[in-house]
Amino acid sequence: MLKTDIVIIGAGPVGLFAIFELGLLNLKCHVIDSLEQIGGQCSELYPEKPIFDIPSQVKINGNELVENLINQSKPFDPVFHLGQQANQIKKLEDGYWEVQTSANKIIKTKCIVIAAGAGSFVPRKPPLENLKEYEEKSIFYSIKDKSIFNNKKVLIAGGGDSALDWAINLSSSCDVTLLHRRKEFRASPDSVKKFFELESIGKTKFALGQLLSIQGKNGKIESITYKNEMEEITNNYQYLIPLFGLIMKLGPIVDWGLELDSNLIRVNTENFETSIPSIFAIGDINTYPGKLKLILSGFHEAALMSQKAFKYCNPEKKLIFRYTTSSKDLHKKLGLK
Amino acid sequence: MSKIIVKDRDGKEHILNAEKGLTLMEIIRDSGLDIEALCGGCAACATCHVYIGSKWIDKLPKMQDDEESMLDQTFDLKPGSRLACQIEFIDDYNDIFMELAPK
Ligand SMILES: Cc1cc2nc3c(=O)[nH]c(=O)nc-3n(C[C@H](O)[C@H](O)[C@H](O)COP(=O)(O)OP(=O)(O)OC[C@H]3O[C@@H](n4cnc5c(N)ncnc54)[C@H](O)[C@@H]3O)c2cc1C
Ligand code: FES
Repeated sequence: MLKTDIVIIGAGPVGLFAIFELGLLNLKCHVIDSLEQIGGQCSELYPEKPIFDIPSQVKINGNELVENLINQSKPFDPVFHLGQQANQIKKLEDGYWEVQTSANKIIKTKCIVIAAGAGSFVPRKPPLENLKEYEEKSIFYSIKDKSIFNNKKVLIAGGGDSALDWAINLSSSCDVTLLHRRKEFRASPDSVKKFFELESIGKTKFALGQLLSIQGKNGKIESITYKNEMEEITNNYQYLIPLFGLIMKLGPIVDWGLELDSNLIRVNTENFETSIPSIFAIGDINTYPGKLKLILSGFHEAALMSQKAFKYCNPEKKLIFRYTTSSKDLHKKLGLK
Repeated sequence: MSKIIVKDRDGKEHILNAEKGLTLMEIIRDSGLDIEALCGGCAACATCHVYIGSKWIDKLPKMQDDEESMLDQTFDLKPGSRLACQIEFIDDYNDIFMELAPK
C-alpha cells in the first residue's frame, strides 16, 4: 500500500500549486487525476487560449501556465496517478484516510485535498436509450485493443481529430463508417484530406447525420439508426465508437458525505476545510460567501489550506512563517545551494 | 426594458429582463433558470445549448467556428440550435424566443 501525507484529487492548476505550498511545509503529495494529462481545464479546454489575470503574467496560455506550475512543484517530487478516478474514501482507526482509485490503487494518507474543479473529465455520451446495456461490450468511448474490430462493421460518430484519426486507422482492418452532422470538420486538414481520399476508393464511408437509436440485444448491437434533415437511416453495425470529446462530471465525490451546496463543496475561509475534518476543498470545486472561480483564488486557498494540513500531519510541531526569498530552510527544500 | 422568452425543460415559459451587452446565457443564468454554462461562456462546454425560435434564427449573427465545432460535440441538435453564450443581446432581439435543450 502507498502511504503519504496528502492525497490531492485533481491535477488542475490549483491542485498543482497545492503541491508547491504543501511542499514548502515538508508535506509529501500524491496526486490523482482521471485524465492522462496534467493541467485540468487549462490543458483540456483551452491549452492555446491566453489568460490575462494571473498575477505578474501579462499574458500566458493554458499550456504554459501548467508547464510552469509543474516545474515549480518539481523540487517536491509529487507522485502522479493519472488516468484514474478517485472513487472511494475510508477513515481508518489509526486516523489515516484510505483513498481508492478506479485502477484499484489504494493510498493511505493523513489529509485529503479535493481540487476537483467541476469534476472528472469523462467522455460525452450520446443520449440513446439503453446505452448502458451496450457500453464496454459493443460501444467504446476509447480504444484499447483495436483487434476486436477486425472485419466488423464499425460506426464512428464525431467530427474532431480523434474521430477522423480512428476512422483512418481502422480503415485497413474493418468496415468503418464515420457519422458526422455536417461536412466540415474541426480537425487537422491533413486528416480530413486523408479520410476523403480513403472514402473515394471505398476504404471508408461517410454518413451525414446524428445518432438516433441502437437496436440489438444482450449488449450486442445489430443496427444503428441516424437521421439527417432529409431522412432516417438504419444500417447494420456491430460496434459504435462515439467520440464527442470530454465533459466534467462531479462523479463519486457527491457520495462522500461532505456538505454540499448545488454540487459545490462548502468550506470555511480560514483554512478551506470541508465539513469533514482533515478533508479540504480548494479551487473551482468549493464554495463560500464571495467565492470567485478564478485560478488566483485557488492559489490563495492552497496556501491557507496548507497551514492547517501541516497541523494535522505534525500535531507536535510549531509552524514558523517564512518567506521563500530569505529562508535558508526553504531554499534547501527548493533545491537551491 | 427589453425581454427574452425562455421555455424551460418542463415546458414553462419565463419572461426575462434583458440588458444590452449581456449574452443570452448570462441573462438566463442570472435569472436562476437551470442552465449549466460550465465554461462561463467560452464556447468550450456546450452546456448552454438552446433552440432559438424559428422566426428568429436568421436574425442572429452567423455562428463562428468555435461555436460550430462545439455543437459538433452536442446532441439533440435542431435547426435552431445555438450556444446561448455566443449571442450578445441587442435591443433588436426584444421578445426573442428560445427553449433550453435537454441536459
Ligand atoms: C475556456 C476557459 C477560460 C478560462 N479563463 C480563465 C481566466 O482567464 N482566468 C481564470 O482565473 N480562470 C479562467 N478559467 C477558469 C479556470 O480554468 C478554472 O478556475 C481552473 O481551471 C480551476 O482549477 P482547478 O484546479 O480548481 O480545477 P480544474 O482545472 O477543473 O481541474 C480539476 C481536475 O480534477 C480532476 N478530477 C475531478 N474529480 C476527480 C476524481 N474524482 N478523480 C480524479 N480526478 C478528478 C479533473 O479530471 C480535472 O483534471 C477559464 C476556464 C475555461 C473553461
Ligand atoms: S457556457 Fe460553455 S459553451 Fe456556452
